Amino acid sequence: MKEATAGTLESGDILIQIAPSKGLEIELQSSVEAQFGRQIREVIGETLAGLGIKDAYVRAVDKGALDCTIRARVTAAAVRATGEDVWKD
Amino acid sequence: MMFVPGNNPGMMADAHIYGPDSIMLDLEDSVTMAEKDAARLLVYNALKSIDYGNTEMVVRINPLSTPYGRKDVEAVVKAGVDVIRMPKTETAAEVRELEAEILKVEEEIGAVGRTQIMAAIESALGIVNAYEIATASKRMMGIALGAEDYSANLKTNRTPGGAELLLARETIVVAARAAGIACFDTVYSNLDDMETFRKEVELIKTLGFDGKSIINPRQIEVVNSVFVPTEKEINKARAVIAGIKEAKAKGSGVISVNGKMVDRPVVIRAERTIALAVAAGVISEEEAL
Repeated sequence: MKEATAGTLESGDILIQIAPSKGLEIELQSSVEAQFGRQIREVIGETLAGLGIKDAYVRAVDKGALDCTIRARVTAAAVRATGEDVWKD
Repeated sequence: MMFVPGNNPGMMADAHIYGPDSIMLDLEDSVTMAEKDAARLLVYNALKSIDYGNTEMVVRINPLSTPYGRKDVEAVVKAGVDVIRMPKTETAAEVRELEAEILKVEEEIGAVGRTQIMAAIESALGIVNAYEIATASKRMMGIALGAEDYSANLKTNRTPGGAELLLARETIVVAARAAGIACFDTVYSNLDDMETFRKEVELIKTLGFDGKSIINPRQIEVVNSVFVPTEKEINKARAVIAGIKEAKAKGSGVISVNGKMVDRPVVIRAERTIALAVAAGVISEEEAL
């Protein structure tokens, strides 16, 4: 795994930075952290688990992203970090 | 059909609120090469998760000749998209190639026949082959004009009157009608000139198009105001249909409504008016009967 980024800081998006680490560490910055922080962390964790990634440092800057956007951005960052695509060709 | 960039999650989440008939999430021209992978994942996850209601969902993929096209097909078919829009379609062989690619993914997930195709024609060669493209696949639901690339290919520019597009527009309508599928006009990108936009929508309706591609929710109202039948048109259509039903009951094929002869083409137009009114929600299906 190498360092990689996906997403933007535009409204409705989330910027995900991913880097090698031992264990899983998620650092979250969000204007809705009090309400949705736990859920956002869960979506990030579940998405990485689904890709078989247990060890990573993730820094997330959330701008009000839906769960589907969080999943997409985490997957994109992970694919870029590992070089292993989720599609066949 | 409202175009929405495939790498803009905010717009993708809100697009259906404005009530377009269909939404086209774009993986092609509005997405840079560096973001093709991320946009594909965004579109896949949006289609799987966001409730777009009855809005028809279309995704414009990258051409199969690029490194992105096949992955786009895999992603959007697995996500259950209604229609794949092929960009820059020039030959029937390209359509069949896409069809085979779709089938491969549908077989893998057990959903054979679910995905439809729309072909965007954006070059002189595409226009010359319009009917072959329109009839290349049973999945083909419609053909559309992409005017920016087409104008460039013709070595001309777009003008407010659209003289440079006339042959292409007429060819697409004729090919679509001959093939029994739908046809959609190109986008109009100057949001500050709604008057020219309205004239263009009126022109393409007169030419026979089923709908218009748009790039902003502000354009929806204009398209609907041109395409949705007025109360007067609906009443006239109802009178025609009622008249012909009555005539049929009496064993006659030709009637007169308000002093004008009504024959088969008039009835077909009246039925189309009622179908449009139902589709636009102006009248209910029960009221149409």
